[in-house]
Amino acid sequence: MMAKLVMTEDETMLADAARGFLDGAAPVKALRALRDAGRTHDPKLWQDMAAMGWAGVLVPEDAGGSDMGHAAANVLAHEMGKTLAVSPFISTAVMAATALRQVSDKRAMDALGKIAAGEVTYALALDEGSKFDPDATQMQATREGNGFRLSGQKSFVVDGGLADRLLVLTRTDDGLTLFDIPADRDGITRDARNMIDDRDAVRIDFANVEATGEDVLGQVDHAMDVLRPAMQAGQAALAAEMTGVAAGAFGMTTAYLKERKQFGVTIGSFQALQHRAAHLWCEIEVTASAILHAGRMLDEDAANATLAVSLAKARATATAQLAVQEGVQMHGGIGMTDAYDMGFYMKRARVGAEWLGDYGYHAEVVAKERGF
Amino acid sequence: MGTTGDLATFRVELRKWLEANCPAEMRDGLNTENTICWGGSRWQFSSDAQRQWLERAAAKGYTVPTWPVEYGGAGLSRDQEKIFHEEMAAINARSPLQSFGIWMLGPALLHFGSHEQKLKYLPSIARGEVRWCQGYSEPGAGSDLASVQTRGEDKGDHWLVNGQKIWTSYADKADWIFALIRTDREAPKHKGISFLLMDMTDPGIETRPIKLISGASPFCETFFTDVKVPKNQIVGDENRGWDVAKYLLTHEREMISGGAGGLAGGGRALGAILAEMQGGLTEPILRSDAMRCEIDALAIGLTLERYKDQAEAGSGAGDASAMLKYMGTELNKKRHELIMAAGGSDALEWNGPLGNRAGDWLRTKANSIEGGTSEVMLSIVSRRVLGLPG
Repeated sequence: MMAKLVMTEDETMLADAARGFLDGAAPVKALRALRDAGRTHDPKLWQDMAAMGWAGVLVPEDAGGSDMGHAAANVLAHEMGKTLAVSPFISTAVMAATALRQVSDKRAMDALGKIAAGEVTYALALDEGSKFDPDATQMQATREGNGFRLSGQKSFVVDGGLADRLLVLTRTDDGLTLFDIPADRDGITRDARNMIDDRDAVRIDFANVEATGEDVLGQVDHAMDVLRPAMQAGQAALAAEMTGVAAGAFGMTTAYLKERKQFGVTIGSFQALQHRAAHLWCEIEVTASAILHAGRMLDEDAANATLAVSLAKARATATAQLAVQEGVQMHGGIGMTDAYDMGFYMKRARVGAEWLGDYGYHAEVVAKERGF
Repeated sequence: MGTTGDLATFRVELRKWLEANCPAEMRDGLNTENTICWGGSRWQFSSDAQRQWLERAAAKGYTVPTWPVEYGGAGLSRDQEKIFHEEMAAINARSPLQSFGIWMLGPALLHFGSHEQKLKYLPSIARGEVRWCQGYSEPGAGSDLASVQTRGEDKGDHWLVNGQKIWTSYADKADWIFALIRTDREAPKHKGISFLLMDMTDPGIETRPIKLISGASPFCETFFTDVKVPKNQIVGDENRGWDVAKYLLTHEREMISGGAGGLAGGGRALGAILAEMQGGLTEPILRSDAMRCEIDALAIGLTLERYKDQAEAGSGAGDASAMLKYMGTELNKKRHELIMAAGGSDALEWNGPLGNRAGDWLRTKANSIEGGTSEVMLSIVSRRVLGLPG
């Protein structure tokens, strides 16, 4: 029987500890400072997270990880969403670690150890167009002797600028193949993009990049055996982060409703605004259930987690977008200013909506899983 | 609580029992207002199968699986209850009995009632012998429920009740009524109400059904003229009936929201129902609306589960039940709008080729009014959960 849909004591303690750390080390003003300095990543913050065991949250203990599981990873992502903390947590600690764990040979275990220690970062090069659609991957990996030649372009590679290594999804003779290669290998050109959420994302050109059979993660032509669990873990964590984004924007908004005065009273006394805020709280509360459920399914019955994960990502996407739109509207003009933090939430929510599949993508998965 | 092994054994035995005892006709998953068994002394069973299913389930305590055995239940733990619902859903079994006694009065009695009251009232609810109705709203007390004026005058060994209730669901079919009665007219409005139980056959009680837009008359006006209510028919303390009323309302709200979330969560997907009606679901707007609806229904269903798990862990939904009620009922209205759209002109006839789709659709319009309107629910969330000034 599945664990309860209630936060365990350990999870609550983890959330409290994470909140305490992030409020001090990665508040929204840290993102602002990073942006103002023209940077998209804070290596020191990632080292601190690694020291607390966050980078190894999904790494087995015998490889040096804390192995806390997906529900715990979601708790961390949720807290990071609240303060818009910038880190390669989802790409490295969640997705790359989950992919490597599917293989768990010596090389993979070494890589997992390095992830846990904060010594290596990863990005996943999946998208080729403007929408997430891994099954339609066109980029070729052509056999050459005992190895491969990789040629093509990838877009929206999140954390691709900072990453030491790339997991690259390619098309091979009879399916899709996933490569695990250094990000600075000959023939790789990374083009940093100026993203609305001020974070790291690159377009990558692969020009006849050499890869060996050793570089293949999992089996040739069977990328999804390794990649699907990784994507699902990432989608669930991103959904948790987006719910955190919604909660962060909502917290700012209710605080503002209690403080801002117009017509001689606090605007939170107006029923029109009360009901907008209450509706938003209801949506966040319902989405939180889907997040908790997705974490439990990934930890206990990962082979059947597809519906739970897509449900979580769809709900979180819609909820975060509602929260930031309502947030700006209820703040009024000040919500539109760059000097105020609400805009950061809005822009992160938009990026999170697209990454790893938008609402429509996951709605189609839900429909299929539910028989229509 | 049981160990995993105990639970596995429970599941196996339950499955066997269901296989042997749930009649085939009761395995169509139809749990609508018109197909379920409501019980009561005047109940006309729609089939022998419906009667058998009630009798067999009641004998095992399965009409109220989580109630204590001594009060007619099966005493199931939360884990066992989950298994019970899973196994029922697996064979598409109808609920053997549903009633306001089960949803509303039972939980209130279990919490506030004396042992004697529990022994007197609960087993007959569990067996489906006594059907209860709810006397809350009045012509002048709708959303402002605490302003009820139906009065109970203290006559020593009894109260003398005079006044009128409205929207009393199925009062004309009920055996007993639980009602909010003003027993102190001087006290502040929340502090002068008592929660009284009355036998509908008592002299002085009259009911009059109200015809609704659906053509049905599930609601009544109920009139009280010099009705004598013995002093032992009060639940909780005198003038503290509002506490009972509020407790019961949280159950009522979860129940109303459960109709929407639970149905979609444990039962068939709305999209599958629409696809069956249309021979596929390709019309883009309908398909996209159905997907949104399905996503929301699943998440609301999980939220109901989460609150049940929380309740078992010791913290009830409390004011958040207003959220469940709001989200669940608004969703249910959307579901029925989509079913009507999928049915097209076939759904426009009373009892037409698609059954009573129109009646069901119209009935759902009351969901976001009864038990507290959506707007009242949002105000509760706003004030009590968010702490906004009110």
